[in-house]
Amino acid sequence: MPIYEIVFYVFSLVMLGGAVMVITVRNPVYAALSLVLTFFSASAIWMLLEVEFLAIILILVYVGAVMVLFLFVVMMLDINVDPLKEGFIRYLPAGIVVALLMAGELLVVMWSKGRFEAGSYPIPAASPVEYSNTKAVGELLFTEYLLAFEVAGIVLLVAIIAAVALTLRQRPGGHRQNPSLQVRVQRDERVRLVKMKPEPRQGS
Amino acid sequence: MNNGNMLLAAPEFWVLIMACVILIVDLFLSKERRGIIHMLAMLTLVFAAIITARGDYGTGGLASETAFNGSFIRDSMGDVLKLFSYLILGLVYIYSKFCLRQFRMFRADFYTLSLFALLGVMLLISANSLVTIYLGLELISLSSYALVAYDRDSKMGSEAAMKYFVLGSMASGMLLYGMSMIYGATGTLDLQQIAAAVSELGSDNYLLIFGLVFLVVGLAFKLGVVPFHMWIPDVYQGAPVATTLFIASVPKMAAFAMAFRLLQTGLSDLQHDWSQMISILVVLSIILGNLAAIAQTNIKRMLAYSTISHMGFVLMGLLPGTASGFGAGMFYVIVYSMMSAAAFGMIILLSARGVEADKIDDFKGLNQRNSWYAAVMAMVMFSMAGVPVFVGFFAKWLVIKAALDAGLFWLAIVAVVFSVVGAFYYLRIVKLMYFDEPVSEAEIDAPVDFRAAISLNGIMMLGLGIFSSSLIAICMASFGA
Repeated sequence: MPIYEIVFYVFSLVMLGGAVMVITVRNPVYAALSLVLTFFSASAIWMLLEVEFLAIILILVYVGAVMVLFLFVVMMLDINVDPLKEGFIRYLPAGIVVALLMAGELLVVMWSKGRFEAGSYPIPAASPVEYSNTKAVGELLFTEYLLAFEVAGIVLLVAIIAAVALTLRQRPGGHRQNPSLQVRVQRDERVRLVKMKPEPRQGS
Repeated sequence: MNNGNMLLAAPEFWVLIMACVILIVDLFLSKERRGIIHMLAMLTLVFAAIITARGDYGTGGLASETAFNGSFIRDSMGDVLKLFSYLILGLVYIYSKFCLRQFRMFRADFYTLSLFALLGVMLLISANSLVTIYLGLELISLSSYALVAYDRDSKMGSEAAMKYFVLGSMASGMLLYGMSMIYGATGTLDLQQIAAAVSELGSDNYLLIFGLVFLVVGLAFKLGVVPFHMWIPDVYQGAPVATTLFIASVPKMAAFAMAFRLLQTGLSDLQHDWSQMISILVVLSIILGNLAAIAQTNIKRMLAYSTISHMGFVLMGLLPGTASGFGAGMFYVIVYSMMSAAAFGMIILLSARGVEADKIDDFKGLNQRNSWYAAVMAMVMFSMAGVPVFVGFFAKWLVIKAALDAGLFWLAIVAVVFSVVGAFYYLRIVKLMYFDEPVSEAEIDAPVDFRAAISLNGIMMLGLGIFSSSLIAICMASFGA
């Protein structure tokens, strides 16, 4: 068995295990950490496919930013998960039906003729040593998908505006600094010179 | 690598630049001078209209042209829909300025968010690839979620925004799932290439059909047709009336364009399949929308159910897959947006002292308080009900005629019967206005631009009805019918 097959199977098994843990463990923090494990293994498998850029982005964005944020939320909000799990038995039949439907759909998709057939994806030839993944992705983003790339940026901008518009509140009694006033302040406004009579030293 | 003539997207660039300008300018304005924001927004719309209407910076005038590697298309349908989007957004701004001032919510956020939503509408109208469709849609949705929660202290508003957000995200997910299947089957995101690949694959490909089902579900969510309509009444009722006015008018035109691009440009070979799915949606929407509207006492909720039935009619135009059907659908959606803008404008007009006039009873005896406004509202209601001479009648008539031409007699019969049922609740408003005693004697007062806009909007219902042929001709010509 070649080494990359061993690597593939090991990481796939870890990934599946992590994914199962996400939904089975009771503690939400452990669930979030299992999700990190899942992302990590997925990124290793991407590495195996020679898509280094996407693999690193997956770790940076999902593990580094999204999951850490998620952990923060889980820890800070102190969500009680037990009520969320109520009615498990009651919703089980519906859940099983949906799961079976999804599984059936996936099977139909995999067996249908076309691009999802295993035969339509031959093993790609290894890229030359100096091949740069990042450059290829960048070239596509800024040429073929230019419009999509720009619009995605606008969507993020709107998300920021919306978040600020919905949460920014100026409380009436709040203490805020006004840099402009602070800079323009005159000496007279802050320093008061007081004339005092000299007092005799005490105790002498 | 061929980005083509990027200037085709000049109106989009302009709207984007101005939205950012307004965002910055607002930081430097004191509270009293925020009126400038309104003027800037109106200016944006006027110049966008001029840029769009010039139209000859492409080579071929009205011929369709693509740019950005085929992810953006400019054609006459897109141009007409964009022009009407500017017009209706202009009305929305005039109405909502009055409303926002009254409710002490006059902030620049409303303008920036709705301009970004307009940008989404324009991109969606001009989308020629699955990615552009999805991104345009997300731009509209994100801005709309924030606009629904615009009144931050309103519990109803927050609840509505939450429902809208959760269901909207689910719909986006469905749409993406369908898109991924279509992409998997055809191997391309470009709608024209998808059409070519579909005709090669044949219409009995399982993968394509599955993808189509999810696409139609996502579309139905966004249009708000039965059985994916649950969010519409709650969102319309819970959102501040200025927002309801916006989300009930402009984005509907984008939704129509999106349905046309996805179903006709991309998947016209599957017309047999999607017309079956859509006919179910149409029948259910027209029946449920009209029946449920009768039971409402809140006029925003009543108009929400009426929207559901109107969207059923719009989809009915798409159903036959013929050029005249698409033209009818487009005419319907434009007319609907105008009627909806006028109806919500009237609610804003009657609202006073920070209380929304969202009860049907608030319209009681309007004729005695101000007979002109009562006449305007009556014209809008007659038009919505589809009374002849008013423009709503021609919209319904064209759509039903398209269905009849395609041999869909039972569908036409359902549509006619339930239009008559629906006429009941529209005419009830007219009856309340003319034959009931007013609940309040308060003077109805509004700024002059508001009065001019609502009067014009009301007269358009009658004027466009009498001179409907030119607008119909424009819509039909967009599809070469």
